[in-house]
Formats: sequence, structure tokens, C-alpha cells
Amino acid sequence: MRVSGPLAHLAGEQLGGRLPECRTAAVRELRDPGDGTLLDEALVIAFAAPATATGEDIVEFHCHGGRAVVDAVLGALSRIEGLRPAQPGEFTRRAFDHGRIDLTEAEGLADLLEAETETQRRAALSLSDGSLKRQIDAWQERLLSLSGMAERAIDHAEEHDEPMPSAFYDDVDTLAAELQSWLERPRLEPLKDGIRIVVAGPPNSGKSSLVNAIAGVDRAIVSAIPGTTRDYIEVPFAINGIPCLLTDTAGLRETVDSVEIIGVERAARLIVAADILLWLGPSSEAPSHQRLVQLIPKADLGLAPTDGSSLAVSSKTGQGLEPLIDRVAALAAHFIPAENAVALNRRQSALIGEAEAALGPCVKSGDLAVVADGLRSARQSFDRITGRAGVEDMLDALFARFCLGK
Amino acid sequence: MFDILVIGAGHAGCEAAAAAARRGARVGLLTFRAEDAGQMSCNPSIGGVGKGHLVRELDVFDALMARAADRAAIHRRMLNRSKGPAVWGPRVQADRRLYRSAVAAMLAEQGVEIVVAEALRLNIEHNRICGVETASGIIECRSVVVATGTFLDARLFIGERVLEGGRSGERAATALASQVRDIGLGQGRLKTGTPPRLDGRTIDWSRLEEQPSDRDHWALSALHDGAPPPQLRCAIARTNVVTHDIIADNFDRSPLFAGSIEGRGPRYCPSIEDKVKRFAERDSHQIFLEPEGLDDFLVYPNGISTSLPVDVQERFLRSIKGLEQVEIVRPGYAVEYEFVDPRRLGSTLETHAIEGLFLAGQINGTTGYEEAAAQGLAAGLNAAAKVLELPAVRFDRRSSYIGVMIDDLTLQGVSEPYRMMTARAEHRLALRADNATTRLGEAALGAACVSARRRALIAAHLESRTSTQFAQSSEGQADALYAPYIHRQDREWESVRRERGAAIHAGLDFSQIAGLSGEMVERLSQVRPETIDQASRIPGITPAALSALYIATARRAAA
Repeated sequence: MRVSGPLAHLAGEQLGGRLPECRTAAVRELRDPGDGTLLDEALVIAFAAPATATGEDIVEFHCHGGRAVVDAVLGALSRIEGLRPAQPGEFTRRAFDHGRIDLTEAEGLADLLEAETETQRRAALSLSDGSLKRQIDAWQERLLSLSGMAERAIDHAEEHDEPMPSAFYDDVDTLAAELQSWLERPRLEPLKDGIRIVVAGPPNSGKSSLVNAIAGVDRAIVSAIPGTTRDYIEVPFAINGIPCLLTDTAGLRETVDSVEIIGVERAARLIVAADILLWLGPSSEAPSHQRLVQLIPKADLGLAPTDGSSLAVSSKTGQGLEPLIDRVAALAAHFIPAENAVALNRRQSALIGEAEAALGPCVKSGDLAVVADGLRSARQSFDRITGRAGVEDMLDALFARFCLGK
Repeated sequence: MFDILVIGAGHAGCEAAAAAARRGARVGLLTFRAEDAGQMSCNPSIGGVGKGHLVRELDVFDALMARAADRAAIHRRMLNRSKGPAVWGPRVQADRRLYRSAVAAMLAEQGVEIVVAEALRLNIEHNRICGVETASGIIECRSVVVATGTFLDARLFIGERVLEGGRSGERAATALASQVRDIGLGQGRLKTGTPPRLDGRTIDWSRLEEQPSDRDHWALSALHDGAPPPQLRCAIARTNVVTHDIIADNFDRSPLFAGSIEGRGPRYCPSIEDKVKRFAERDSHQIFLEPEGLDDFLVYPNGISTSLPVDVQERFLRSIKGLEQVEIVRPGYAVEYEFVDPRRLGSTLETHAIEGLFLAGQINGTTGYEEAAAQGLAAGLNAAAKVLELPAVRFDRRSSYIGVMIDDLTLQGVSEPYRMMTARAEHRLALRADNATTRLGEAALGAACVSARRRALIAAHLESRTSTQFAQSSEGQADALYAPYIHRQDREWESVRRERGAAIHAGLDFSQIAGLSGEMVERLSQVRPETIDQASRIPGITPAALSALYIATARRAAA
């Protein structure tokens, strides 16, 4: 349990008596400050602001884990005047407010807390340990240096009214190309939200049974009556630590049932948005999709022969399920960031996209004022990624490196 | 009895007095010596990149600087011609005497009364200005603009010598400085410097690179007041390794390095001893030799401001090609002076603490004539608004460099002398020197501070923008060139405005806002932002504090 804020140390003393020296753990008897009853014997550690996780005074109680003990200590703490339970993410927010972490690290921490699979955890860790921040710092560094050159040429025209060296423009182009290559990398969302695997096909082709067989839960209602799945059903599960979202859709057929019509229309949209499509109908009717896996369902009934590209599966016997999962895992690997690579989330990717859009075309204008404006705009986008901003950064870079002024 | 008294007749003071008078106020301009009004105490040039933009903006309001500089222009250069029109910087070398007499003539025309006396004390009752105590008695007034430049408790340094004074051979405003400190406005000390003045007759011009005046005829003011004076040439000299050795050998005799100067100087205008020390790898620095006037042999060597002892100044100068025989007429010196934290001012340049007290110019931590003049204009217009109950004139950083500067000063404060640079303007592509009338014409008309001639000119210009021929004009072409980029900025601004456009009520008590830390309350109370957008530019204000502030203002608006 962690208490953060100006009253933290006082609260620690009220419960556990004299606090151990900061950053040293010691055993203390925790007592209710009201009636003195013993709550627990716990390890108590105090940290003094500002060099703490939140930037504020902190006390930590390492209690015995039982629910009753935890509740009793929390109860005693919340009766202390000025203390209240933290809101979700509040410690992280305070750390950000006090400048202990920047926005990308805060996002990484939040992701870490939410991470459910091993791959998610590793991706979140690489964010919270500041890999993206370091990459952005490196870009910012280059942008600042380029901005510094441009601004110096503009604002100190007296000494240097000569054209910019072509290396300057080359550097801007190189940076823009590098940003573009980052935008093409796998993104973080599939890791967080799951890779969207959509199961589709005509009515009664066994879609729901397949979903149940893959995910191993009876989520989708199975019946022999065509049109049982009128809307769609999502089942989260993981393959090799990769989160997936398996979506069962309504069977695709012409229908007059108004509810079913909606379901069919939704299914069509889901197919378009799918990362991977498992198709259970005849290949001649398969929708066009980049990553379609042609399945031949109900293999136990021996309905159709398989060829090289299609896979015969049976939800009943489990035949073909393992090869199917391997195939899906191989396809899914395209969507997820490589081991230890930094992945961007939607917001970060949008901002890097903005930076690239500002930098990419400005060189062609041939006007240094426009190029400088593109550089400024790109810096702002990066500042928004990390939550920092300021023209003074640029001026500092400018003045640290150049001898200026008449 | 005056409506407004302006203390100090430098560039800020003269513009403040004239602007207030143009709005109809009765204005007295206090100065140590009448002949000093409009004096260029440092370099003899007006304009430049960023600075030239300010001069063109001033001109739209019928200010003095552009017209005086045109009348005195003996050398003109449009800087940055090789780059885009957004950053072209018009700059002229001005004949000192012609400039001063042009300013004096315009002050008289506009009805400003010059009062020769030292201001000793501001008379303040119930936190309101009610007069100024001078050496020759109390003068009543309802508003004061303090524009004392470098004169507040000023000290001059020449090598080991220290003199009291704000300019070579002049006094310092010591009594006023102690009151400024007493009422809690004093912030600290800044430093600036000036180079030695040379006898042009002892310079071998034939050995120096010439810098001719521009051939095409452009002017700073949109009003053309007759033929310009004849054009002179400037020249470029260069320091060398020997020069640098002489300077380095005498570091210990410089008050800068000996520690006797505590104030911080401008990074972008370092003294020559600073340049030699910080950029030891460079073996040459440029010196621009600028004539001070048509019938004046004084030459201003731009680029070598110094506070080294006179004998060292002479020795290092004579090591430079073309200056082997040069004679120093007046040695260079450093000046250290008291300044006020501009975060104690609102966007009208009125102090938060004392009603009717306005500050303008170098006292607010800026450097440069143009920066001073622009603040003078803003303070003068608003001091007049105060006493005559006219609408305030607020400059926006999206439509003017004046707005950028005032916004930067009043929200961020200064840690070194503030100079206008185009890099500070995020809307630089829209803020050009050639479209000042378009940007500010309406505001100038609304402020009712311009002559009939100017009014007609602004109206004609705004009208011409609607014609089909406008696209062929140089302004129209530049508009088209930058339109896509400005369009993108407008979109950016639109999202900012939606988030942060909300006004903050003038009397809002920041300490009553839930969720603001003590530190945030202190920062906000000190600066007193007028909008959420301004608050977002105060250093150290966190996103969480902004949200809390936003919620508090939204609640108030809803109530």
C-alpha cells in the first residue's frame, strides 16, 4: 500500500510510530490511530520528496496479504484527516505533473498495469523504460540542431546572408524519411486490443462451433438452425502470448428478418476491418481480403477434399485446429512489434505522422522560412508526444553551438 | 496637471507620449535634458530582421520611429533578401542628428510637452497613481509611463573604472530606482554594452570591404515624407588572431570576468571579450563600420562592444586591417541597470499592483530601440485608454510581433535582455514586414490614434486587397506563396482556441481553485494570465493545472 502527498509521512507515523530513515525498510506494528488496536506487523518504507516515484513524500506499507488486513489498514488510513483513496492512475498522473516521467513513460506504465499477456507486458516495459522517449529525444536533438541552423541563418542575416548548404536540406529529407519508416512499423493497438480475427461464411457453416473450439469456451450459441448468430460475438484469447479477438459473425445470406439484416451488414463491415479472415464458405464466394484463410469446415463429415491452400477443420474432433492456430499465429506476427522493438500507439503514431507531414514537403518550397516553419511544427508534434514544449529549448540549442551577433 | 506623465524620453518614452497624445490625452514627457529626446544611444541603425517587422507595425499606428528613420536614412539594406519574404528585414542606418530632430519635430506636432526635470518619486494613493514628485516640484497626473531605459540605478564600467550613469556622460535615476524596489517591482540587474566610437578620418577605408546601400527605393514608413537624404557606404573589417591575443591577455582587466558586473548580458549580442573567450576556435569576427551621420566623422564599429580598459581597446583596434591608425573618440563601456519583472504587467503594460502605472522599454528587460518603441506605443495607447475611458488596445501574438513580445514578456518574464527574433513568432509566415497594414490596419483605425492621411491610406490598402489586381502585388504574391502553410497554422490554432480560448475572470482567486498545488497558485497569481491560452505559455504550468483552471473558468461562465 502506498500513501503519497504532503501528509504521507504524518500518516505513516500515526499508524506505525516513528518512521525508519528514508529509503530503509523496517518492521513496524501498525495500529489504528483511533483505538490503538493492532492491525498488522508490516515493513514500512518512507521516501522524501522530490526524488520519489510521484515527486511527493511517500510511505509504503508492505503488509501481510490477507484481504481483512488490507481492508483494516486502508480503513485506518482513510479515517486520517486529509487522506483519501487514490483514483485509478493518480500516482502516475502525479508523477507526470511533477515532471518525474514524461507522457510516453506514463502511457507505458498505464499499459503495463493493464497488460494481460506476456507480449503486451514486454511492449509496455519497453515504453515505460523510456525507449520511445529516447528515440524521440534523438529526433528532437536533430530537429533542434536543424532548427538552430535555420533560425541562425534567418535571424542573423547580417553575418550569413548566404544560401544554406545542401547538406542541411538533405538532413531534413533524411529525417522525414526515417519518420515515414517508423509509421510503417507494426503498431501497439493490436497488442493492446487484440488482433481482430473474424470468422465468416454462409449460414450454418459452423462458424460459432469453430469459435468455441478455438477459444475453448462456450461463448457463441450453437444450434443447427441457420441464422442463430444474429449479431456478432467477440471472444478474446491469446495465441503464443499474442492477444487476439475472435469475432463470430452472422451468416452471410439474403434475408428478410430485419434483425438479421443488421447482423449481416455488420458482418460485412467486420470482414473489411478484420486483420485476419477465416472463411468457411466456398472459395468461389470468398470476400476479397488480404489475409484470408480458406477453411473447409465439418471435416469429420468428410464433405469436401482439401487442396494446398485450404485447411480442413472439424470443431467436433479437433482435426485441423492445431495447423489453423499455427497459420493464424504466423499471420498475426505481421501485426505485432518484433521482440524488444518499440511500438507506437495510435496517438503517438498520429503525432509522428503530423511531424512527417510537416517535414516531408517543406524542403521543396525552397523557402528557408517555410522549412524553418516545418521544423518548428515537427518539434511541436514531438513535444506533444512527450508532453513537453518550449521555444527556449530551441534557443538554448541555438546559442550553445553558434557564435552569434554582430 | 497632465493626464499622463511619461518618465524618460528615449524610444519607449517618446512613442508612449506621442501615442497617448494622438489618442487625445494631455501628455508631459519628463527628461534630464530636452536635447536627449529621441537619442539613439547605441548603434545608429533602425530595423533588421524581426526589428524591422516591429518598425513597420509601429508605423501603422502613426508612431514616430519609421518616419524619423526614413528622414534620417543614410544607408538602407533589406536583410534576408535571399530567403522568403516572410523574413525580409528592412534596416536603415540613421543619421543621429536627423533622427533626433525628426523625433523632436513630431513630438511637438503631436502636442507632447517636454518637461525637463528628474523624476524622484511616484505619488501613489490607494494603489493609484496621482502624480510625480520631481526636483522642481510635484506634477499631478492620472497615469504614468515609466520608460527609464538603462537609467535605473545605472553603473557604467570601463575597465577598472566604475561610474554612476545610464549613458556616457549622463546621470542615473537613483532615487526612482529605490522606490521601484520599495514597491516590490525591482527584479534584478541586467547588463548591456556599447563599442568605442571611432574617428572616421583615421580609418583607411580603401583597405576595407565596402557595403553599399540598396539600390531600389523602399522606405520603413508607408507615408512618404519627401526625398531621403544622400546615401553613404558602410564597410566591413575583421578581427584577427593578434586582436584576439591582445584581448585574451587582458581578460583579467575586464569587469565582465573580474566579477564586478553581476547583471546578465544578451547572449546574441556578446561583447568582443565574450566572443573571444567562448568561441576560442574562431580566428576572426566581423566588424561593421557604420557612419553616424552625414556631417559627422564618428563611426560606430558594430560587433565589438567592450568594457575593457581604454588602452586595451585602442591596442586591439589598431591590430585590425584598415584601423592601424584609428583614434578612439569615446571608449566603449558596459552598463548595468535595474530592471522590473515584466510578469508583473498585464497585456496593456499596466502593472497589476498599481492602477495607472505603466512600464515600457528596457526597464522591462528588453534590449533594442525597436522593442522599446513598440512597448512605448502599447503603454501610451493604453495609458490614454485608462484616463480617457477609451477601449484598451491589446496586441495578439497571432497578428503582430508587438503581440509576440508583450505576450512573451508578461507571461514568461526574462532572464537575459529580450530581443525580438523572428524565431519567437510561431506565426512567422503570416507576420511579414510587407503586410503590417493588412494585419493591424483595423486595430489602428479602432484605436483612433492616427492622422487623416493615415486613415485614408489604411482604408485604401484594405480596399485594394479586394481588387483583382491585388494578386499581382508583392504582398498578394507573398500571401499566395504562404497560403497553404498559414492555412495549416489556422487549423492548429482553431483546435487550440477551442481548448484554451476561454477568458479568465480578472478577479479570479487562484488559491480557491480545487486541485491547484501551492506552486501552481503562486505561478498563476504572479503572472495573472487573461486567458487559458496565456496560462498554457507560463513556464512550469502543468497540464493538470490547466485542466483545473479550465474547469474553474467554465463553471464560472456557466454560473
